[in-house]
Order: sequence, then C-alpha cells, then structure tokens
Amino acid sequence: MRNDGAVARRETVAIAQKSSLSPFLRRRRVLPGFGLSLAITGLALTVVVLLPLTGLFVKTFSLSGAELWEKVSDARALAAYRLSFGAALGAALVNAVFGLLVAWVLVRYRFPGRALIDALVDLPFALPTAVAGLTLTALYAKNGPLGRVLEPLGVQVAFTALGVAVALTFVGLPFVVRTVQPVLEELDPSLEEAAATLGASRLTTFRRVVFPAIFPALLTGFTLAFARALGEYGSIVFISGNLPGKTEIVPLLIVTRLEQYDYAGATALAVVMLATSFVLLFVVNVLQRKMLVQRA
Amino acid sequence: MRERAATREPVWVRRALIAAALAFLALFLFVPVIAVFASAFAEGPLKWLSAVTDRESLSAITLTLLTALIAVPLNLVFGVAAAWLIAKFRFPGRSVLLTLVDLPFSISPVIAGLMFVMLLGKNGPFGGLLEAHHLQIIFAPPGIVIATVFVTFPFVAREVLPLMQSQGNDQEEAALTLGASGWQTFFKVTLPRVKWALLYGVVLCNARAMGEFGAVSVVSGHIRGLTNTLPLHVEILYNEYQFTGAFAVASLLTFLALVTLGVKKVVEWRAAAT
Amino acid sequence: MRALLVSLLLLAGCAKGDAKTVTILNVSFDPTRELYEELNAAFSREYAAKTGVTVTVNQSHGGSGKQARAVIDGLEADVVTLALAYDIDAIASKSKALKADWSQRLPRGSVPFSSTIVFVVRKGNPKGIADWEDLAKPGVQVITPNPKTSGGARYNYLAAYGSAQRKAGGDEGPAKALVKGIYTNVPVLDTGARGSTTTFVERGIGDVLVTWESDALLVLAGRQGAELELVVPSVSILAEMPVAVLDGNVEKHGTRAVAEAYVQFLYSEAARGIAVKHGFRPTGDGVVLPERFVKVETFGVDAQFGGWAKAQAAHFDDKAQFDQLAVKP
Repeated sequence: MRNDGAVARRETVAIAQKSSLSPFLRRRRVLPGFGLSLAITGLALTVVVLLPLTGLFVKTFSLSGAELWEKVSDARALAAYRLSFGAALGAALVNAVFGLLVAWVLVRYRFPGRALIDALVDLPFALPTAVAGLTLTALYAKNGPLGRVLEPLGVQVAFTALGVAVALTFVGLPFVVRTVQPVLEELDPSLEEAAATLGASRLTTFRRVVFPAIFPALLTGFTLAFARALGEYGSIVFISGNLPGKTEIVPLLIVTRLEQYDYAGATALAVVMLATSFVLLFVVNVLQRKMLVQRA
Repeated sequence: MRERAATREPVWVRRALIAAALAFLALFLFVPVIAVFASAFAEGPLKWLSAVTDRESLSAITLTLLTALIAVPLNLVFGVAAAWLIAKFRFPGRSVLLTLVDLPFSISPVIAGLMFVMLLGKNGPFGGLLEAHHLQIIFAPPGIVIATVFVTFPFVAREVLPLMQSQGNDQEEAALTLGASGWQTFFKVTLPRVKWALLYGVVLCNARAMGEFGAVSVVSGHIRGLTNTLPLHVEILYNEYQFTGAFAVASLLTFLALVTLGVKKVVEWRAAAT
Repeated sequence: MRALLVSLLLLAGCAKGDAKTVTILNVSFDPTRELYEELNAAFSREYAAKTGVTVTVNQSHGGSGKQARAVIDGLEADVVTLALAYDIDAIASKSKALKADWSQRLPRGSVPFSSTIVFVVRKGNPKGIADWEDLAKPGVQVITPNPKTSGGARYNYLAAYGSAQRKAGGDEGPAKALVKGIYTNVPVLDTGARGSTTTFVERGIGDVLVTWESDALLVLAGRQGAELELVVPSVSILAEMPVAVLDGNVEKHGTRAVAEAYVQFLYSEAARGIAVKHGFRPTGDGVVLPERFVKVETFGVDAQFGGWAKAQAAHFDDKAQFDQLAVKP
C-alpha cells in the first residue's frame, strides 16, 4: 500500500516535470477543491468587498473629471493628505523600529513577565479604537497624568499632529511585532554561529545575517501598520484638534463632506485613500513573494 | 555553550534593549490600559457594577455577542476557503486576490460603513428591493453584522495562509493518492495541521468583531437599547458626561479583549506542545 | 447566509409589531438626551392613562446633520426632533417620507422648544470675556465645534456673525473679520457640541466655551461647576429646534396616531415644564423662566439671514464663508 502511494507520487512528479510549462495546472489536477474554494472566496469577496467598492466608485464617477480633480486636490484635502500620510508614516516608522525591538526582546531574551507582555501586544487589535482615543486623550491632555509632565517641557501631544501620530502608533503596534516574531523564532541559529566563528561582531552579524532574513517580514509589518493607520478614524477624532488644514485627517474630511450631503466629494477622497492602500499592499505582496523566492 | 555565548549580546546590551522595549510598551500600551481600569473604578466597584448591568448596557452586550457569533463563523468558512485557494493553487490573479483579501484591513472603517449605507440604504441600488420586502438592513442589527464581517474579513485567512503555504502540498497529495476523498484529506490531513493557526485567527477575528467602532457607528442608527453595540454605548455614555460609566463599559470591553488574548495564549501553548 | 439574515430580520422585526404596545422612534440630536429621556417617560404615562396603549419611545442621538442623513438613508424614524430646520428640510427634499410644508403642520413653525447660545468661562473670568468681540482677541482660546458637523456650532457661528452685522448696521465686513478672528483662536474643533464641552470642562483646554444655554446650565450644575462661570453676551441667536412626524414612515409602521400625539404632547404644559427643568425654553406665551436662565436679546435665523437655506449656502456649503476663513494650508 505504502509502496503504491510512493510510486503514484513519483509518477505525479514525473508528469508534473513534463508539464512544467504550466505549473498551476499541475496543482489543480492533483489537489481537489479549487472550484469550491474559488467559489466561496469569489462569492465572499464579491458580496463583502467588491460590490460595495464598486458602489463607491460609481458614486465618485458621477462627478466630471474636472470636478473630481478639484475635490481631491483642493488646499484642504492636500493638507489632510499631508497629515494622514505623514502621521501614518511616522507611526509606522516608530512601530518598525520599536516593533522590531520588542519582537527581538520577546524571542531572544528571557525575563520575568515575558509571557504576559507577549500576550498584551495584541491588545490594540482587540481594544475598540474609540476607547483607545478617549484614554489617550485623557492621558495626554494638559491636565492628564502624562500631559502634566510633558506640557511644561513644551511638548503638546493631545489635539496636535503629534497626538495623531501617538494614537496611530498605538493602533499599529502589533503589526510589526507579530510579523517579525515568527521569522525570528524560526531563524536558524547556525547562521549566526557561523558568522560569529568567522569573526563577525554581534552588530555585523545582525546587520548582515539577521536583518536580511527578517526584512521581508519587517516590510510587511510596516506596510500593514501604515495602511491601517491611514484609515484610522475612531481614536483620532478624540485626540486630534480636528482643525481644517492643520489637524484634520482625511477620514474626518470625508465625514465632514458627508455632513454636507456631498456624497460624491466624500467618496472621491475615499477612492484616493483606497487606491493608495491597494497599490501599497499589492506592491508589498509582490515584493515579498519575490524576496521569498530569492531566498529560497 | 561557547558558541551560544558568541551569538549573544553582552549583558548590558541585553538589559538596555529589554528596558527600551518595555519603556515603549509601557508608554503606548500598559499606561492606557491601566488608565481605562482606573477611570472605570474611580467611583468604586458598585458604580461600576451598576453601569455595566444597566438595561442599555446589557442590550449592548447582547448585540455585541450576537454580532460576533454570526460574523466569526462566516469569516471562518471564508478564511479557510481563501487560504486553501491561495496556498494550494497557482493561478493568474492570485496576487490581486490576496491583496483584495487584505484590503479591509486598510479601508477606513468609516468608508466601509458608508459603502454599505450607499449600497443597501434606502437610496442605494438595492434600497427599493429591500424596502419592498420589508427588509431593514442598514440601521438595524443585520447592517451591524455585515459591517463587522467586512472589517474582520482578513483575520482568519491571514493567520492560516502562511502556515498552509509553508507546509506545502506533499501530505495532501499523499493522502489523495492513497485514495482519500477531498473532504477526508481536508478534515484528516490539512485541518489538524493548521488548527492552532485557525483558532488563533478566530480569536483575533472575534476580538476585532466585538471592538469595532467606526464602521458599526455609521450603519447603526444609534437607537438606544436596540442597535447599540458596546463600543457605541461607550461613546453614548461619554457624550452624556457619564465618564465613569463610559469607562466602566470600556473596561468591560478591555476585559473581554484581555480574556481573548488569554485564550490566544493558551492556544499558543497547546500548539507549541503538540 | 441568507437564511441567517432573514432570521435576524425577524428577530429585529419582533420588537415592532405587537398590538398592545406601540414602539416609535424619535431621532434627535446631541444636547437633548436628558430632555427626551424624561419627556418620553412622561408621554408614555399620559398616553397609557388616556388610551390604555403602552408606548415605548426609542431614542437615537447624534449630530443633527448626521441624524438627518441617517433618516434619509433609511433610519426608520417616526418623529424627528432636530437642532435646526435646515436638517429637516433636507429630509423633506431628499426622501419621500416628508412633505416640504412640514413646518406649517404644528404650532409656531413646528418649534416646541428653543434655546440660545452663551459663553462658559473659567472661574473669575481671567481673560475678561464679556461679548462676541472678546472671542477674537489675540491670546484668547475659544472652544466651539465644527459648523460642518454640528448643528449647535452653526448657531454659534451665526450668533457671532449676526451680532457683528447688527452692530455695524448690516455691513458684513466686521462680521467676516470677527468670525475669522474667532476661528483663528480655536485650538480644538470637535465634531459635536458635547465633544467641545468635554474638551473645555474635562480636558481643561481653552478660555471660553461657546455652547447651548441648556448644556451650559448642565455643566454649571455639575461636578466641575464651581470652577466655571456663565457669561451672557449682549446679543445672541434664537436657536429654534423643530420637530416633525415623518409621514412615509408612520404610514408604513401604522404609528401615525401615536406619533401625532407625541409631537402634540411636546406642546403640553407638562412637556413645557420638563423642558424648562432641562434648560430649554418652551416657545409661545406664558412661559416663566427660572432665575438661572439668561436674559439676552436674541435674533432669529430667518430675520437675520433670510432663512436656513440662505444661511447654509452663504456660510457652510463647500467653499462658502466658513471654508474661506478657516482654511490656512
């Protein structure tokens, strides 16, 4: 029985090698469920993601080209992009650096409370963003426990662009940690040992051996944190000053336009944000696959 | 032991790194969580209890749990199907598909809610049809469920996918050539190998489902005692200047999140043990 | 999935179709939370005593404009009680549930309650705030919400604008300069009136809060009241808060009788008493307001700005007056 299986497999492999021009056809023939899983995924994606998105685009294209351009490029929108993209980028960078650090510490070192901290890292995923916003505002306002310390030093967090970045750092915190952590865990220690035997300093080993190995994961984590931060609304309305042209994020501008029954203007901005996220995620998905292929 | 020492940092570096990581987490994570509980119990445990057992809080708890109970299984089925499709097969448009699965992560929840209002609301393309059949979706619990499904869409797929990918197809192929049916292969071979990742995805999906604010806020209608979820109830109490009550309900949500994370941790330990 | 949805819908539907108890939905705006909680209870008691029918009035609160939009998009309100006529006009023009003549159906332009806009300052009024002009002075921080997202904020804006316009004998130059100066002094532009009050009272931001009289009375009577003071400007705006029964929805729900009785009840002596208790001013004659209400000369939106449609187009629409003065990229 076993032998039969092995033979059959060898045959399959042989067939596959012959038809190596169309590798995906080979897989489809061997494993079942392509049709079913495609049907479920396709249906779910259509109903939950594509159909609503189409509605959004249709609404946007009720505007003429010139109107659309004006809606997405007026001074206020530009200022909002600047804040949204700037704060999201800043928060994602902070998370990339500190997320890597946290992942490193959690994987490589043993210290009391490690398990607890490991569990708590996911909290921003689970905590409602409105609660996070309320709490961060209460903490960083000038009469809050942290604001009271920072304000005399000239650092104003609540109701400024800095506050926006702080809240975005919070919501994006788990992404880098959770993408880098498993890769670090599975990193073959013999590589580092080899580098050390060859006389490389610890820093050099990290730079030349460890970092390249975790870079794809770090990039994914960074992008997810960035994309997540771009769309964040619930926590920001509380901690931001919401001043047009100064501390107004794009999602708030979208809501503001909705209040004026300007659906087309609101969806136009939404489409800009969406397209950006889509391109970003797509590029990273492709990049990451390339890097993984290269390493393998 | 020698080699190990060569791949380790000096003690002071280790301590400094741990301290830096802890300081970062303390500032961005621990202090806010402690602040939630401190504010929640600012007026004593009795006040807390009365805030979370108030009639409207209870109805919000019910709706939140019901929403999670429907949204999570739906996303479980979808997530497994999507992971199977993307991990096991190569086909044109695979990267696009993967990106579409990711997209709900990065769509502003407000936009997500808006999309469903425009699609299923009175003035949307399906509005007339729904109204003719007396189906109220937007501004009613079904709308909240749909918005939640959207927001938590990628979690299960995203957790299961990498594992399925790294495990390859060998075992499934072997099972099939041994005469197992497709479903047998899936339930006996694939599922046991990804069950912990699956559970992990479910736990995260559930956590997010209970905590979603932005999207749900747009489709809810905010009818007290009927279409308020826990996160929305926090906002309502806050807007009524009942800060302690707001934080009491918020602490309940935080507590639910912590329980979820505890479950996740247990899942991880069990996974590591097997 | 479909079956699941249907069962959910049935679940949601069960709450409505009972014969002996009738449920109606009142979609209202932010500062009326406490007011309608008490009014609803009083109405249910009175209606049950009269007819034997138990009525449950469900409440939904939020920014006035946001609530109007929800109703347009299908929130099944039987009654709307919003901050300004413009929002109910929007419902009338954008949905089939309401006719354009809604404001003539009930007494006094369908406005049972009104309010006005006042200032709240820190104890001792350290910045010496007395009138609208003081809000534009350099170094004064003003807390007011965003007129784009908050009905109350529109009253705040129009009150400032109108007061300067009246002083200048109708000239708009000083009014424009005044609102520009005021909004330059705003450090936090919340999305709703309640958010602004929290920013000012709880977060300690700003020197003066511009807000509803009812909300001012509420915070002055509250926990932080001793730290705050009320300041009444020389002139303010008459904020008229209209109500309407949504014909389309009450026909569909079969709740017309209850909904009509409900809005009529808002004009009753009992309801007027409750309104006064919560810091709102009942319209019409014969109202004796207690001492804590402010004495201030007011002007209406119709008289000063030619109605809400004009005020909205001139000041709050995209690229209108507010956008021009507030954006400094």
